Amino acid sequence: MADNPIAPLPAEALRAQFPVLAQSIHGQPLAYLDNAATTQMPLPVLAALQQFETTQRANIHRGVHTLSQRATDAFEQARATLKQFIGAQAEHELVFTSGTTEALNLVAQGLWAAGPGQAWLRPGDRIIVSGLEHHANLLPWQQAARLSGAELAILKPDGAGRLHAGDLAALLTPRTRVFALTACANASGERPPYEALLAQAAQAGALTVLDAAQAVAHDTPVLTRLDCDFLAFSGHKMYGPMGTGVLVGRRSALERLHPLRLGGDMVESTHWHTARFAGLPARLEGGTPHVAGAVGLAAAARFIDATGRAAIDAHVRALRALALQGLQGIPGITVLAPHATQAGLVSFVARGVHPHDIGTLLDERGIAVRTGHHCAQPLLEHLGLGPTTRASFALYNTEDEVRRLVQAVARAMEVLQ
Amino acid sequence: MSQAEQDLYQEVVLEHKRAPRNYGHLAHPTHQAEGTNPSCGDRIAVELALEHGTVRDIAFTGQGCAICMASTSMMTEAVKGREVAAAQALQQHFRAVLTGEEAPEAAPLGKLVSLAGVRQYPSRIKCALLGWHALMHAIAAPQGAAPATTPPEVQP
Repeated sequence: MADNPIAPLPAEALRAQFPVLAQSIHGQPLAYLDNAATTQMPLPVLAALQQFETTQRANIHRGVHTLSQRATDAFEQARATLKQFIGAQAEHELVFTSGTTEALNLVAQGLWAAGPGQAWLRPGDRIIVSGLEHHANLLPWQQAARLSGAELAILKPDGAGRLHAGDLAALLTPRTRVFALTACANASGERPPYEALLAQAAQAGALTVLDAAQAVAHDTPVLTRLDCDFLAFSGHKMYGPMGTGVLVGRRSALERLHPLRLGGDMVESTHWHTARFAGLPARLEGGTPHVAGAVGLAAAARFIDATGRAAIDAHVRALRALALQGLQGIPGITVLAPHATQAGLVSFVARGVHPHDIGTLLDERGIAVRTGHHCAQPLLEHLGLGPTTRASFALYNTEDEVRRLVQAVARAMEVLQ
Repeated sequence: MSQAEQDLYQEVVLEHKRAPRNYGHLAHPTHQAEGTNPSCGDRIAVELALEHGTVRDIAFTGQGCAICMASTSMMTEAVKGREVAAAQALQQHFRAVLTGEEAPEAAPLGKLVSLAGVRQYPSRIKCALLGWHALMHAIAAPQGAAPATTPPEVQP
C-alpha cells in the first residue's frame, strides 16, 4: 500500500477478513468498539493457526523427527518476524509469554527472585512507576519492592493526566534501578513522551520498562529508536491470538532476569541438586510454549505490515477525532485526555450517569464498549474520577460506527440523567 | 423506547437513583459493612441500628450505577422497621428472582419488583445485589466493629 500520500483503508475488503464482525447483537449490526481490551483476528491469522495445528504440530526443540523440526522452524521464524516487526537489533532478544501481564511479571519478579546478593534489586533501591499504568505494570512492582526491600515511587500525572520530565527528574536518585512506563494509558488514552522519559531514566542508571500493550496495533514503538531495556506487548491487542505475548529487550538486561518458569527446555545441564540455565531466549521460556499462538502472532504482525502501518495509524486517529468531536458535543460528557490525538481510544465520564448503565444501553444497540475502571483504579482516583466508559478503535471500524456510538451515548444521557 | 429502557430503567428505578432514600450516615450505628465491585470500583457502605432483632434504622453511602443505587435505596425502605429475619428472607427472595429461581409475580417484593428485569441482564445482577451483600455482612458483623470490606485488601 502506498505510504505517501496515505491511501485510505479499503473498509469493506478489510471487514470481510474478520468474520466475527458480520453478526447482529440484539438485532443490530455489531459495532465492536472494545479493541483496547481485545482486537479480533483476521482470516490470515486464523489460517496460520489452523495450518500449524493441522500440518506442523509437534513439540519444539526436542525431537529429531521431521515434524518436531518443522514446528521448531515455525516457532523460530515467528520469533524472527516479531523481532523485525518491533525493530529489534542484534543486541536484542525476544521471549514469548502468555501476554503483557506475564511479560511484566517476568521482569519484575526476575529482578528480585535471584535473592539477596544476586538480584538486581537490593534493599534501599528505588523503583519508579508512572501513575498512568494498568494494574499489570503496578502490582508486580509493589511486590518486587516489598520482597527486595526497595522502595516504590510513583511518577504522578498532573490534573490533566500528563507526565512531566521535571517530575521524573525530582524522583530519580542514584539508587533508582528501575523505571516502568506505559506507551499509552489504557484508561485515559494519554500518550506520554515515553521516548524522552525512558532516555532520562536510562541516563540516571535505571533499567527501563515499556508497556506497549496499547501501542502495538497502531503507533507501534520502534525498539531501535528507544532507550528501552524491556518492552512488553500482547498478541490479542494486535489482531493475534489470546494467551500470546512478547517480552523483547536488550540481551544484557534480559540476562539479569531470574527465570520465572523452571523446568524443561530452559537448562543446559541438570544434576540432583543443581542446574545450569540455558542461554537466551530458552532460559526464560521453560515448558512447552503456545507454539501455534506464536505462529498466529507473527501472522498478525505480517497482516499489520501488509495493511500498512501509516494507513492504520491515520484511520484510527481519524475515528478517534470524530468520536471526540461528537462526544464533546453532548452536555454532561467529559472526555479524558482530549489532547491525546495519537490514542486509539476515547475514555469519558458522564455527569450523574454511571458507565455500567451507558454500557447496557449501548449494548442493546449492538455497540460494544468497555466500562469500569479499566484496571487503573489509582489513576482514576488521582484524577478525581470514578469509572469511565471507553470506546476504542481498530483498523476495521467505520465512521458510521462512531456516529452510532455518539448517538447512542446522547440517547443514554437523555434516559438516565 | 428500547427494551432495556422499558425493562431495566423503569421510572421508579430512575427516581430512586436520582434521589436515593436513607442516603447518609447514622449517628450511632450498631453494625456496618461495605460491599465492593472490583470491576468498576463501586462501593456501597451500609450502617444499621439493630435493636431487639429489629432494623430500627438504616443508612447507606457510596456510589454505583442506577441499578445499584436504586436497589440499595429501595432495600433501605423495605427493611427499615422490620425484623432482621424478615430482611434476610426478603434478600433471599430478591436474589432468587434475579437468578431466575423464583418468578417475580410469586415473590413478596413490593416495589423491588421493578428491578426484576435485571434477571435478563446477567452482567448486571451483581450491581443489583451489591447493597444487599453489604446489608447481610452488616447483620453478621460483630456489634460496634468498623466496617469490614469484602473481599479484604491484600498486599501483593
